[in-house]
Amino acid sequence: MDLYEYQARDLFEAHGVPVLAGIVAYTPEEAKAAAEKIGGVVVVKAQVKVGGRGKAGGVKVAKTADEAFEHASNILGMDIKGHTVNKVMIAQGADIAEEFYFSVLLDRANRNYLAMCSVEGGMEIEQLAEERPEALARVAVDPLVGIDADKAAEIVAEAGFPEELRGKVAETLQTLWTVFKEEDATLVEVNPLVKTGAGDIVALDGKVSLDDNASEVRHPAHEELEDKGAADPLESKAKALGLNYVKLDGEIGIIGNGAGLVMSTLDVVAYAGENHGDVKPANFLDIGGGASAEVMANGLDVILNDPQVKSVFVNVFGGITACDAVANGIVGALNTLGDAANKPLVVRLDGNNVEEGRAILAEANHPLVTLAATMDEGADKAAELANSAK
Amino acid sequence: MSIYLNKDSKVIVQGITGGEGTKHTALMLKAGTNIVGGVNARKAGTTVTHGDQDIKVYGTVAEAKAETGADVSIVFVPPKFTKDAVVEAIEAEVGLVVVITEGVPVQDSAEFWALAQSKVDADGNQITRIIGPNCPGIITPGEALVGITPNNITGKGPIGLVSKSGTLTYQMMYELRDLGFSTAIGIGGDPVIGTTHIDALAAFEADPETKAIVMIGEIGGDAEERAAEFIKANVTKPVVGYVAGFTAPEGKTMGHAGAIVSGSAGTAQAKKEALEAAGVKVGKTPSETARLLREVFAAL
Repeated sequence: MDLYEYQARDLFEAHGVPVLAGIVAYTPEEAKAAAEKIGGVVVVKAQVKVGGRGKAGGVKVAKTADEAFEHASNILGMDIKGHTVNKVMIAQGADIAEEFYFSVLLDRANRNYLAMCSVEGGMEIEQLAEERPEALARVAVDPLVGIDADKAAEIVAEAGFPEELRGKVAETLQTLWTVFKEEDATLVEVNPLVKTGAGDIVALDGKVSLDDNASEVRHPAHEELEDKGAADPLESKAKALGLNYVKLDGEIGIIGNGAGLVMSTLDVVAYAGENHGDVKPANFLDIGGGASAEVMANGLDVILNDPQVKSVFVNVFGGITACDAVANGIVGALNTLGDAANKPLVVRLDGNNVEEGRAILAEANHPLVTLAATMDEGADKAAELANSAK
Repeated sequence: MSIYLNKDSKVIVQGITGGEGTKHTALMLKAGTNIVGGVNARKAGTTVTHGDQDIKVYGTVAEAKAETGADVSIVFVPPKFTKDAVVEAIEAEVGLVVVITEGVPVQDSAEFWALAQSKVDADGNQITRIIGPNCPGIITPGEALVGITPNNITGKGPIGLVSKSGTLTYQMMYELRDLGFSTAIGIGGDPVIGTTHIDALAAFEADPETKAIVMIGEIGGDAEERAAEFIKANVTKPVVGYVAGFTAPEGKTMGHAGAIVSGSAGTAQAKKEALEAAGVKVGKTPSETARLLREVFAAL
């Protein structure tokens, strides 16, 4: 889960990372009140989970509370790279003397963590890494040790901080590490990390990504950080039912078991669609390895409620879940849904107990269900049905 | 021959008394796996019975290993406790640890991987190989199953298979069921995993029984690109590839925590191109991949 800047700021503050005052506002009135509360010069910053806000006009300095009102009126509702701005952060203005960069992130390729640091902050880090790679220190972090005093000293030295700043910056890096570690983040990035006119080190803008698995296992408080309003209603419904569902923009509903097989099914269906009016998959839905009849029913319920869906392709390879259980799930779901089940289903079963599974579906002889012998055949049939119902 | 696992492997099950542990212990026994013990600290000293076989439950992995000579452990422990279970197996110097559990916090995986890397023998070789987490495990058909792959898809044969995905592994084994497999290994779709595509490719290259290799990847990360470089430099046996997620949209996580396309990195197209540049034939669909494998196999 990626956090908004204001959420990252709040997490930083909770862990003792030096930050400036910041208050989230959803209306120009709230923005004005926040600016009054903070006092002095403030910055109105669009809260969107995408880079390039400044260039898009989503970050404006306000000298007065009335100016903050005005900027917030302009920024709220703005579209930044496809993201609609529905909140802004009113941030205390900073007296910036110098700008630096710091991040620590999961390094998949090396299976450890990577700290990156530069005394040239402020610009986009991808640009810095490309144009002046020597200015960006990259230091591997051992997951069993983390960023302790020694590692922090190594990072600031590598980055080329002047002697007199090293102690102070290193201290902040250790605090940022506690955010990464204790919140189970996969990314903590501060750009810019600044030195103020008074010589203080402050995290001025933060980007944090949290590990969903860890949030589920040991951070119940992270649930409050979820962006419920922004989710697609079908995705919200699926999530509440515990389903692994992603809404896409096509006509063929997809249900399968196992992330890889479902992704593969999306591809095979998209290719089949090229021969049938360019119909496409309407969703990703993985009912998992141990899917029960109930899970199948919930999955069908979500998909059949998608008005874009014209046909459904159920593609299951019975491993842990045997095909007879899947077939019973389909039959049970169609019975439960009754008249709400009103779109044709193409079902392909293979694997454990496939004969029993196919027999159950043949026996039920539901008018909406077509059996397919292979994945390719099923995809083709589902695409054909979706195209003819368009 | 096979890789990592054979009929002589002695296996213990961590979490043998839980729901998944119980179900899959029965299936693994049916597949011929030599299961010599289980581990559950709270049920030490008891036994679990499957058919006519009584399996002793030990309090720790170290104790189970000392008593049984086990060299493989499979972990069915819930995500909250997975790290502790894997650490225990590493500390006990078990040679192969297969972590089936889905939903393990990625920092936990990074930590147990770092620990495993730090434990080396006199020759500097890592003592414990980890497969997973969030994987279907490993099967050497006709000999042993340490994982959740259905045992009855196909039998022994000349194809080696390495895949991020469980059900795609099954699908591919099914497509090529007439040929059979030396070993099929599911390495898992998490961002941090133990055994990689490259590890498995190297092992298949060295395995005389394996004549051709199928490699299945999916969107996210750059493991396939790195595997392509490795193949170019080190693999002489024919490799056929498949990558799932050609039509996946950017920025959406598709089930596996690792399966997300960010920007231009990690796309199926980029992976396909990297593999093809390394001389790997890449199928657009599982069935086409199976056909390509048949072609290269027939030409051997």
